[in-house]
Amino acid sequence: MKAPEYLLEAIDIVKVFGTLRANDGVTLRVAPGEIHAFLGENGAGKSTLVKMIYGSLHPTSGTIKWMGKEVVIPNPNAARKLGIGMVFQHFSLFEALSVAENISLAMPGKFDLAALSKKVAQVSKEYGLPLNPSATVADLSVGERQRIEIVRCLLQEPKLLILDEPTAVLTPQEADQLFVTLKRLASEGCSVLYISHRLEEVKRLCHSATILRHGKVVASCDPAKETAASLAKLMVGGDVHTVRAAKVPKDGVVRFSLKDASLEAEGPFSVELKNINLDVRGGEVIAIAGVAGNGQSELFDAISGERPLPRGDAVSIDGASCGAIGVIARRRMGAAFVPEERLGHGAVPAFALSENVVLTRHSDDDSLAVKGLLDRGKASAIAERVIKTYDVRKGKPDPEARSLSGGNLQKFVVGRELDRNPKVLVVNQPTWGVDAGAAATIRQALIDLARSGSAVVVISQDLDEIFELADRIAVISRGQLSEAHPAHEMTAEKIGLLMAGAHEKLEASHAARS
Amino acid sequence: MQLVLEKRSDRSKFFAIASPFLALLLTLIAGGLIFAARGINPLEGLYVYFVEPLTQVWSVEQLIVKATPLVLIGVGLAVCYMANVWNIGAEGQLTMGAIVGSIAPVMFPAWQDPSILVVMLIMGFVGGALYGAIPALLKTRFNANEILTSLMLVYVAGLFLDWLVRGPWRDPKGFNFPVTTTFEGWQLLPTFGGTIHLGALFALLACAALAFLMAKTLKGFEIKVTGNAPRAGRFAGFSREKMVMFCFLLSGGLAGLAGISEVASVVTKLQPQISPGYGFAAIIVAFLGRLNPIGVLFAGLLLALSYIGGEAAQVTLGISDKIAKVFQGILLFFILACDTLILYRIKFEPTIKPVLVKG
Repeated sequence: MKAPEYLLEAIDIVKVFGTLRANDGVTLRVAPGEIHAFLGENGAGKSTLVKMIYGSLHPTSGTIKWMGKEVVIPNPNAARKLGIGMVFQHFSLFEALSVAENISLAMPGKFDLAALSKKVAQVSKEYGLPLNPSATVADLSVGERQRIEIVRCLLQEPKLLILDEPTAVLTPQEADQLFVTLKRLASEGCSVLYISHRLEEVKRLCHSATILRHGKVVASCDPAKETAASLAKLMVGGDVHTVRAAKVPKDGVVRFSLKDASLEAEGPFSVELKNINLDVRGGEVIAIAGVAGNGQSELFDAISGERPLPRGDAVSIDGASCGAIGVIARRRMGAAFVPEERLGHGAVPAFALSENVVLTRHSDDDSLAVKGLLDRGKASAIAERVIKTYDVRKGKPDPEARSLSGGNLQKFVVGRELDRNPKVLVVNQPTWGVDAGAAATIRQALIDLARSGSAVVVISQDLDEIFELADRIAVISRGQLSEAHPAHEMTAEKIGLLMAGAHEKLEASHAARS
Repeated sequence: MQLVLEKRSDRSKFFAIASPFLALLLTLIAGGLIFAARGINPLEGLYVYFVEPLTQVWSVEQLIVKATPLVLIGVGLAVCYMANVWNIGAEGQLTMGAIVGSIAPVMFPAWQDPSILVVMLIMGFVGGALYGAIPALLKTRFNANEILTSLMLVYVAGLFLDWLVRGPWRDPKGFNFPVTTTFEGWQLLPTFGGTIHLGALFALLACAALAFLMAKTLKGFEIKVTGNAPRAGRFAGFSREKMVMFCFLLSGGLAGLAGISEVASVVTKLQPQISPGYGFAAIIVAFLGRLNPIGVLFAGLLLALSYIGGEAAQVTLGISDKIAKVFQGILLFFILACDTLILYRIKFEPTIKPVLVKG
């Protein structure tokens, strides 16, 4: 029998949700042994197609061919039996269980932990994915957790491995390590379908690319022959607006500062903040880099006042101490905050946008709640202004927050705070999971705010974003913050070293001296 | 074909209103089947149960009298549940409100002017509120589950009342019956002619006030945010601890007011049994009323009908008045089931048969 030219062919796939055509005649072909990039903005329909290939959704029409034969994939189990493995963006691991126990949950057949542990150790060694089978997941870094998911797939000897934005949570060094593994897999004949926003790494890693926009394929190309800019242009359908930054004013005064801010861990999976120092001047953007789970959310809580600190002078805004007071009082002092989670933290999913305006604006803008009475008209007016200024796209006039796409909701949540013209703005992961067009809008707005004299702090895991935005860069690792260095003195390698904790000892001895 | 629940992008406004009516219809059908199983003509059974009580003046009055405590308690619980605070112990707060509110007439039986009524009502409210503060404190201090603590305190209150009326508060001239002295004159709520008493007005006012609170005020917004997305509530600067306390004080106070209103009207004295489970039935009232203060008003009337219909069914059809509890249970079941339709739609999809090829 002649080997079929393609391992997987999804031909003319249509998927309709209600009135939305999430996939509109999408065709994707993956050859054996190739690393195939699947590019597109958020909401372009990438996950929809991938879920159909993995059997968790079913096409409205169109055919899927596997090794040249037409197949119907009713559920993920069937997909795994065919030889399709998938690593999701959000891991499904039990933190209290060990690595081997987690993997055993997904394995068919008899439960034999000892044999499985041996196999896990063997596979992880073979593919350069170091893992200790008896380690408890709660103690592992995000990179290690991702390795568990990958090893779990590899144990089933897949012919196609699907990865959904795998490097979003990794350090540059960890990402490099992952690429080695993927190239090795491909050389052994296993195809990889690689979903990513990061154009540079797609160029480095992938043999071919399919680009999706609004549910339709707009191009198939060889990414090595394209530039990051040309790929982005295909994805967004226009020139991506590059961020323009004016010079940082030299004489900015310190508007926001942290002095030896410490905060105890809240539970077993939370990080303790240790002696954090930071001065942010008016006019500049400071980025705090770091791998997820190193104290970013704790730092955000401490800065915003969701968890007030024991010492009042640990945080100050425009010279006034505010460490011990809550988030409402800090907003009144002119600060604004945007948390990492859009749904359920930055916005109430079931509330209309105008009601979500009240969420953070009820206290600083007294006219929204005069003597405890809400002025809904005023809230709607603010919502409309934010929607217009920041190009928030939506179906209805005042939709529920959860019905917006991630990028549009993020534009709204950031815009809601920018609309106040805050003196200090702190944003955690400003463009996480946001498409290139929306990300550029948000970044430009952050820089513009800084240049108008405000102090801006951006906590981010995205190095491209950090280099695009930041005037100075600090790195957080295990609850300790490095000194902030001017951005032009920093490189990805230097940041990677700091992410791995190069500054920690230094900071500790510094703290001991003072 | 297989049934699939598909998530809607927005809440369905239609089913948010239609769901309780659909639940009611399904309850009637289920009720008809129960009657048929007992050999009773379903239509006749449903007529006796749900329609006949509405055809006579005295039974309509009874309906309003029974709806009064249900609405007073239910509207407070609706606010609690909206904030994701689970007060299940309204029956206990009702009992404690009745006890504390009765201190004045029991201690000073000769006190006869309008001021005693005011004192009784205020003390009833305060008694229920403070009793509700116990599970709230346990929750905020020790993170004890308020569902369990508030429920257990129901039995504590019930036994305390039992001890009072058999012991220190027993009417010396009461032929050894476990009752206090009978309240009279200004110790009783004035009525609107027949049996409907001032408590009905309190219930209406409570609904109006809480409807205003939820729709127009920052406090109402805070309640909804805290219940909907606690993390977002913290981000907005709202305190979860204060909200738990607020909800228990409010719903406990309203339950206490309902308790003293019952004692100072229908019951006219303290005795071991002062409520046929109004505090528990009000949980159904709150959900049937969509956790909406105005909806609670209608839901309270419907639940009151289930009590009166149960009595009518016992008399006319000769079946146990436990049927009322059965109907209440079926109703709550269907409401919760139908509420799924607010966030999901039902779709039929062709069954997919697996086709696998070997490589």
